[in-house]
Amino acid sequence: MWQELHQELADHGLTVITVALDRSIDDAAPHIKAAGATHPSLVDTEHVVADRYNMVNVPTVVWIDEEGRIVRPNDVHYVSNEYSTLTQFHSRKPIEALRAWVPGQAPAMIDPPPMPVPAQSDQEARATFALAWWLAQNGHSDAAEGWFQRAGELAPHDFTIRRGSMPIRGIDASGPKFFEMITSWRESGHDYYLPLSDTATTPDDYELQPVPQHSIEDIRRLEAERLSRHRS
Amino acid sequence: MAAWTIIDEQTPRILEMGDDGAVDVTAFGWERKPEGLCRADVCIPVSDGPVTLATFARLTGRPIVTDPAHRVAALGASATDQSVALASGLAPDFELPGIDGQTYRLSDYRGRKVVLYAYASW
Repeated sequence: MWQELHQELADHGLTVITVALDRSIDDAAPHIKAAGATHPSLVDTEHVVADRYNMVNVPTVVWIDEEGRIVRPNDVHYVSNEYSTLTQFHSRKPIEALRAWVPGQAPAMIDPPPMPVPAQSDQEARATFALAWWLAQNGHSDAAEGWFQRAGELAPHDFTIRRGSMPIRGIDASGPKFFEMITSWRESGHDYYLPLSDTATTPDDYELQPVPQHSIEDIRRLEAERLSRHRS
Repeated sequence: MAAWTIIDEQTPRILEMGDDGAVDVTAFGWERKPEGLCRADVCIPVSDGPVTLATFARLTGRPIVTDPAHRVAALGASATDQSVALASGLAPDFELPGIDGQTYRLSDYRGRKVVLYAYASW
């Protein structure tokens, strides 16, 4: 759907740039090909963007104006409702806001909050992740494991680290370990996603635009089928 | 002296480190001058003697994580520097490869509106 929005709004001055926080181009490419992407589709194996923008989960979206200013700081947007049953996010308000902002009919956001800034422990967590990732790539997976865990302890709210390290560590990042992690995080009174209020999903989104109801198993099967057509 | 891999933010560099932990800070863009450690018009006073990696990290406010068994250390970006950069309201620039093999830079899109969308296939 980002591809459709990129195409629809390119003549009005929009470029969509997607950044995959994946282990390799090979991990990311089938998804991008499946989407038929013609926009810049980047792969960030070292989490450069997560570091510079202090991103702690995916998806994270940032809107940037013609002068290179951040006009919508880190936010959670889904622009497709295909996996809405799983994500609990609806695309209605993000898409409407984007269609109003790009041609200049509305500001990106009224009174945007400042970008979230990192604590030193967040930066230590990112350095620890970088160390672990280097060890894992250089044949020291056993040593890497302890550092990955340490990084997650330093920044328990940073799921680009806690979930993002799972595939490197041979753990299914959408499997039982992930659900265990997210459940325990929520039970301790935290939010897994932190959307900004003006485009956050509300019940009326579902009334105005009904979404397909899929079980988690359906979603996994559909995703696997879609990807298998684009792996080569 | 031993060769270490120092991951400078996200870039690994091979550096010689003395038994006392001394490193050549020019590798990180700093110079040793009579005034101290200097970069552009900023100088941080430093005591005489070799500058160790730990001292360098402390003086520049950067987190350092060290694995001596594998002779690798990661030097992160300082939270203060990141916070100052983000508080400016300007989108931090970056350069990354695309799946088409080309290199892309955010600042090449000045003059256009950009939606930066970070996700993962996991």
